[in-house]
Order: sequence, then C-alpha cells, then structure tokens
Amino acid sequence: MTGTHALILASPAAETTREVGYWILAILSVAAAVGMVLARRAVHCAMLLAVVMLSLAAFYAMLGAPFLSFVQIIVYTGAVLMLFLFVLMIVGISAADSIIETIRGQRMWAALAGIAMLVLLSLVVGHAAIGPAAPSSAKFGNANVTSLANLIFTKYLYPFEVTSALLIVAAIGAMVLAHRERITPRPTQRELAARRIASGRPAPLPGPGTYAQHNAADMPALLPDGSQSELSVSPVLSGRSGEQPRELPGHPEPETASSLARPASAGAVTGPASPGGQEAGEQ
Amino acid sequence: MVSPAHFIALSVILFVIGAVGVLVRRNAIVVFMCVELMLNAANLAFVAFARMHNALDGQVIAFFVMVVAAAEVVVGLAILTAIFRARRSASVDDANLMKY
Repeated sequence: MTGTHALILASPAAETTREVGYWILAILSVAAAVGMVLARRAVHCAMLLAVVMLSLAAFYAMLGAPFLSFVQIIVYTGAVLMLFLFVLMIVGISAADSIIETIRGQRMWAALAGIAMLVLLSLVVGHAAIGPAAPSSAKFGNANVTSLANLIFTKYLYPFEVTSALLIVAAIGAMVLAHRERITPRPTQRELAARRIASGRPAPLPGPGTYAQHNAADMPALLPDGSQSELSVSPVLSGRSGEQPRELPGHPEPETASSLARPASAGAVTGPASPGGQEAGEQ
Repeated sequence: MVSPAHFIALSVILFVIGAVGVLVRRNAIVVFMCVELMLNAANLAFVAFARMHNALDGQVIAFFVMVVAAAEVVVGLAILTAIFRARRSASVDDANLMKY
C-alpha cells in the first residue's frame, strides 16, 4: 500500500498536477490575503481568511501532512472562523472600518515597515540552505497519524500536558470575561411602560411597506402624504453599504397607487403587523 | 518541481501581509484575523521544513501552534466583546483609557 502510494506521488504526472495546484493556490491565497487587508467590511475579511485557510489546508496535504490538513479545515475554518463570524454578528456588523487616519502617516509607515520586513525575511530565506524535499516515506503518507501520535505521546508529552492546562485556563478566562453581572435591578413592566410613554412614541415603529410586487424588509412604507417613512426600515438595512432607501418600483397606475398608499399609511399609524394583514384582507 | 523553498517563500509573503494588516487596520476583530494569518503562515513554514528534514517534529509544533491559536482566539474575542459592551466600539483607537 505504502509502496504504491510512494510510486503515485513520484510519478511525473502527479508532479505536474502538484505544480499547477501549487501555483493556482499560491496566487489565490496571496490575493485573498491582500484582499483581507484591503476589504472595508469585517465580514468580507472573514470570508477571504477562509479562502487563505482552505488553500493552506491543501498545501499541508501537498507537503505530506494529511492530519494537519484536516485539522486545519476542522479547527481553523470550522471552529475559529465560525467564532470570528459569531463575534462579528454581536459586535458591530454594520460598522465599516473608518478610513480616517488617527495617527498621521500611519499607512505610509506601515507600508514601509512591511516592505522592510519582506526584504529582511527574503534575505534570510534566500541565504538559508533550503534543500529539496526528502524522499517520500510512510510517515508523510499513510502512517502520518500514528507517527505523529508516537511523537506527541513520547518526545512531546510534557508540552502536550501543558497544552491541556492552557485550554482549561482559556475556557475559564473566556467564561469570566464574557460573563456580565447585572448591576442594576431588572426594570419592572410598570417602569418599562413609563419609559415608553416618556420616549414620545408609545406605539411600535411602523412596519416595512407591503406592495403588490415587493414586500422585502428594506422597502419603506408610505406615509399619508405619499412620502417614505424612514422609521419603517431597520437602520441596519438602510445603512448597509451606504445604499439609499429603495425606490418604489416604476410609476404605477393611479388606482394602484392609491391602493398602495392606503395600507402603508394605515401601518404607520397602527403598527407593524397591520399592513400585510390589511392588504391581504382587501384582496 | 515544487520544493519546500516555494512554500517557505509563500509563507514569508503571507506573514508580511498579515503584519501589514495588523499595523494598518483599526477594527480589532480584523486585527485578530491578521494575527491568525501570521500564525498560519508560520505553520506553513513549519510543515515545509518538516518535509525538508524528513522529520515530523515540525508538524507537531504546527499542531501546538494551532492549539495555542485556538485558545488565543477564544480569550481575545471574549475581551473584545467585553470592551464592546463597555465602550460600544470595536475600534482599537477607542480603547485608550490607559494612555498616560
């Protein structure tokens, strides 16, 4: 089994495939990494990071590390990146990074530092004697997992045990940091009602517009005077990528225009649930 | 012929891109992602050197780096959510209360 494996890995066709795969994935991963630094929105950064991590998993497979390749996919792309997205959903999904420099000339200095670092590392790597890959052996193929286990549980047993302590400390630390004590008493229903009356808007916010052709959540409702109600669209949706509120489709016929305006204006007065229900009742 | 040198060159490039991202970006979560990118680039170099030296030690070290990175992400993101609760901002510029 291992003999055929080594033969397949060493054949010229496999070598060409590996070379083509390397160049495609290398260009893809570098492009995704550059895009990650340049993308304004954090979610786009997370998606581009996923591309980099998946291509790295393919590189590990090429380098004879099938176990690490799968750990990369499961732990990094599966767990770590999902954790990033999860926290992104809690923390400011709508907040794009500001382009204003708070420190003067920071970008320029960062670019200079990056170039200097690239030159330094290139010189180091260029001067190092990096030999060719060692001839293929079983521990980079079928016996990878058992060989790794042998190493972890003999030579690296002590670091492995310390790792377990690290994981426990990290779990407890995350729980302590993310836990929130309630420092004010929970508001009663009476207090909530009083706060609501004092806010000047006792009724719920108007729901989005419901029309014959569109009932998406980002369609603004119409007020009695025909203007669009800003309050009817969630600020998260209306703030998305700086779009203006969506225009109403086309120029409808006069009678449909009046039938469009009526449920929306009713919705502005009575609450979010009513526009769809009333229109459905009229049809 | 794809040699380990190719992979090490790629890891250098990815590491530098990650470092520039840490220096340039404002959003703390994106800074974290760039740190992850740097750790991943270091892992790639470890695995490439393991292949070159025909020894699995590099892969074991890469494995430990992954464990430490996972723990770091958990604690870091918990700190981020705590800061966001207190200051309603995820920007690294707004956490400046400890400044002289």
